[in-house]
Amino acid sequence: MAGKKLHKDNRHLSSLHGCLHLVAANFEPVDLLTLTSSGLYCKAGDFYLDPWKPVVRAVITHGHSDHARAGHKAYLTHRETAAIIRHRLGINSGISSLEYGKVIRLGPVKVSLYPAGHIPGSSQILLEHRGDRWVFSGDYHTSGFSGSHGFCTPFESVPCRVFVTESTFGLPVYRWPNPSSEFDAIQRWWADNQKSGRCSVLVGYSLGKAQRLLHGLDPVQGPLFAHGAVRNMTDVIRKLGYELPDLLSPEDLVNRKVLQQGLVLVPPSAIDSPWMKRFEPFSLAFASGWMRIRGPRRRHAADRGFVLSDHADWDGLNAAVDASGAERVLVTHGFADTFSRWLKEKGLDAEPLQTLFEGESGEIREGSLPEDDPLTEPIPDPRLSKEPTPGEKGKGKRPS
Amino acid sequence: MKAFAELYLALDETNKTNVRLEALDLFFRTAPEQDRLWMLALFSGRRPRRIVAAGRLSLWAAEQAGIPAWLFEESYHITGDLAETVSLLLPLPDRPEERSLSTWITLLQSWRGLPEASLRAQLRLAWCVLPENERMPFHKLLTGGMRLGVSTNLVFRALAGVAGLDPAEIARRLTGSWHPEDLDWESLIAAESGDNRHQPFPFYLATSLEAGPEELPGAPSDWFAEWKWDGIRAQLLYRTGSVQLWSRGEDLITASFPEFALLAGRLPERTVLDGELVAFKDGKPMDFQELQARLGRKSASRSLIRRIPVLLMAYDLLEYEGEDWRQKPFRQRRADLEGIVAAANMPSLLRISPALACNDWAAAHEWRGKSRDQGSEGLMIKRMESPYGAGRRRGDWFKWKVDPYTVDAVLMYAQRGHGRRAGLYTDFTFGIWRGQELLPFTKAYSGLNDAEVRDVNNWIKLNTLERKGPVVILPPVHVFEIAFEGIARSSRHRSGIALRFPRIYRWRRDKPVQEADRLEELEKLLSQVARKAPQPGTGDLFKDLP
Repeated sequence: MAGKKLHKDNRHLSSLHGCLHLVAANFEPVDLLTLTSSGLYCKAGDFYLDPWKPVVRAVITHGHSDHARAGHKAYLTHRETAAIIRHRLGINSGISSLEYGKVIRLGPVKVSLYPAGHIPGSSQILLEHRGDRWVFSGDYHTSGFSGSHGFCTPFESVPCRVFVTESTFGLPVYRWPNPSSEFDAIQRWWADNQKSGRCSVLVGYSLGKAQRLLHGLDPVQGPLFAHGAVRNMTDVIRKLGYELPDLLSPEDLVNRKVLQQGLVLVPPSAIDSPWMKRFEPFSLAFASGWMRIRGPRRRHAADRGFVLSDHADWDGLNAAVDASGAERVLVTHGFADTFSRWLKEKGLDAEPLQTLFEGESGEIREGSLPEDDPLTEPIPDPRLSKEPTPGEKGKGKRPS
Repeated sequence: MKAFAELYLALDETNKTNVRLEALDLFFRTAPEQDRLWMLALFSGRRPRRIVAAGRLSLWAAEQAGIPAWLFEESYHITGDLAETVSLLLPLPDRPEERSLSTWITLLQSWRGLPEASLRAQLRLAWCVLPENERMPFHKLLTGGMRLGVSTNLVFRALAGVAGLDPAEIARRLTGSWHPEDLDWESLIAAESGDNRHQPFPFYLATSLEAGPEELPGAPSDWFAEWKWDGIRAQLLYRTGSVQLWSRGEDLITASFPEFALLAGRLPERTVLDGELVAFKDGKPMDFQELQARLGRKSASRSLIRRIPVLLMAYDLLEYEGEDWRQKPFRQRRADLEGIVAAANMPSLLRISPALACNDWAAAHEWRGKSRDQGSEGLMIKRMESPYGAGRRRGDWFKWKVDPYTVDAVLMYAQRGHGRRAGLYTDFTFGIWRGQELLPFTKAYSGLNDAEVRDVNNWIKLNTLERKGPVVILPPVHVFEIAFEGIARSSRHRSGIALRFPRIYRWRRDKPVQEADRLEELEKLLSQVARKAPQPGTGDLFKDLP
């Protein structure tokens, strides 16, 4: 397996299997988790966490495409995530499921899952080995405010020595308003649109965000429609026992007046498609943590932006790190440099870890890798080749 | 300030015209009267100057929020806006209180000149009562950066709807110099207009001609062509026995150009001319930078006037002997203007923008090809029968600019942008080859579409070599074609070269970095530009002048 002969000097690693890049500086071989070109690797148990290239054994935090990719031989994940993966990747065999809090042994390593509060089935992965405890949090949402609005099992803090945290919204400008005030604003926007004869089109990722919205919306206001991708995913979630309002299919209607009274949930990919024409005239709104900032709000040429996220905000990230009691924090996707510097100043041993996870960026039209597209090319690690020769660097991942 | 904050947010959030009109209409009907006037002042750029310097505000806000200065900086790089950063980081107010926009502005004005400690204390008190959703406009006022992203035409339309007047009449009443505290709402929207003697007319603005004049309706003889002067658009008012100059930003700039007083008595009483102020010496326009030096001064010494003489290249007549001349066809306005300029007989201050004869469009192409030699940016093409409009309306006036210069350059550094693209890398530094090394020589901010911005950003995220504060250093991989309007020597740039209006023209994904341009190419262009005096034959463009 990749990662068997780890040297202390990262520069030598690229020769291993031709594609190995270790990114985090000072990563010691004794670590329970190391970063390889295929993803986070646990050498002691010979398995990967949310790998981005096909591997033999993958433990998966949740069903989003940047974490649960196709092509692994064996998947281990929470029962709800297993159902989502079966639907999304169209596979039936090779998926084992585990309930929250139950322990399974992979070699000498004890593996267990704890709720991450991000989307249904989302888990933090606890690894225990020779008295050491590591938690990989994947994506998470602490329920500072959620209360009645938390529609999936709330985040549970797991004590550990090393905490691997995301940092999608790791800047203090990202603080979520009370979700109930955001839902009130959505209802008002919907009502105003009804008065003006405009359909209300609300954009949210079909897995997670769409159901979070459905859970919080008041369907008494009018008919709820959804794009096929949202309807199918919502059916899968509903079968897991989640109570969610029924969704109508806009294709079945010819009466525009009915559409104009309705609210339609659409995934970001549908925005510029001809399918949207049927809703005209409509008002377009995004529900995302990025809507906290004016720049993205304007950039998306939407009429409204609602600040609703599946991720922890600044306070949530800090609370999660505090509650873990970890002495060492590895910060992945998002504002990794900033958040780790902040933690360092608070006296923790923190450092950024460069992964290929995307956080919430995949939810809106920017910075996303194509969905379910396994990366075929190695990502050049700039720190491995400080002096590029012109032309050569371009052979790596080049925008297309 | 609740109504104003809601308007501010609504205008910011949508670009749909009818939704914006609804928001403006609601504001004009519901906001306190004094707030309506202040809104009109703010949107038309009559904003109070900055009260607190950016550095102080950042420091105090970071302390209030309980975060270190560097983290405030990082946040600022993501939002791209100081007022927004402060608004997002402050803790919630202790006891929110509703105060009107004019109350807040009056309070802010009273802070001017306070010693730092009292200013800070005042600001803390304000933060305690300022409701969360009114923070953004408040801090925009505080930093002197208040702008409402809405066209003047739309505001005039909304106000005209409320007043039951013609938008053009509203525009006329709100052009020129006025202060919200001296204006009252009733007279602004009254059926009869009051004294307008000191007000310029709303400027009529041209739209761009992309493909060429062939796309214009009618025959070439229906159109009039002249140079597009690279100067300051201005109206010259001669109404009350003295000459006034107004810039397009509706600023009175008479004091910067005192020599124009000499025209008094040489023009017909109560006349308004439209034209371009151009720095002009030795029979040709000087570089635009020279003109800016004149505009930047509150007054002008004799030696400055001699060193940088400025004249008005007149091209339209808006008022003639006290009569509003704007509805006359351009053909007639132009003929009358030629008479006025000739009679004034002072070519050192007032010239007519020469007519460029175009019997066919081929001639227009030929003229355009000579624009640069003239120190002009291209051609203006105006419909002979058109009235003088207001604002930017497509149909009668067109600008047909020359093709820009271009250079192929290598992306070297990037920084996060502001405004609509805040948080994304959109401020780029480009280099060209000098021998075997890349020499950074220009920055460019705009020109990429959203998809390209996304692609570049993805690439930057994965390929950053090093960070230096907000700047990321990138490997030389991507070549971009940079367009620019002019080139000059500059001691402030390491390359010794400054470009005018550089922007990204094309992403040359097909070009390897080795094929990017070399410094020698720009040097060559620089010496060509420097050599260019008016070409033979162009000097007599002014032969119609006395």
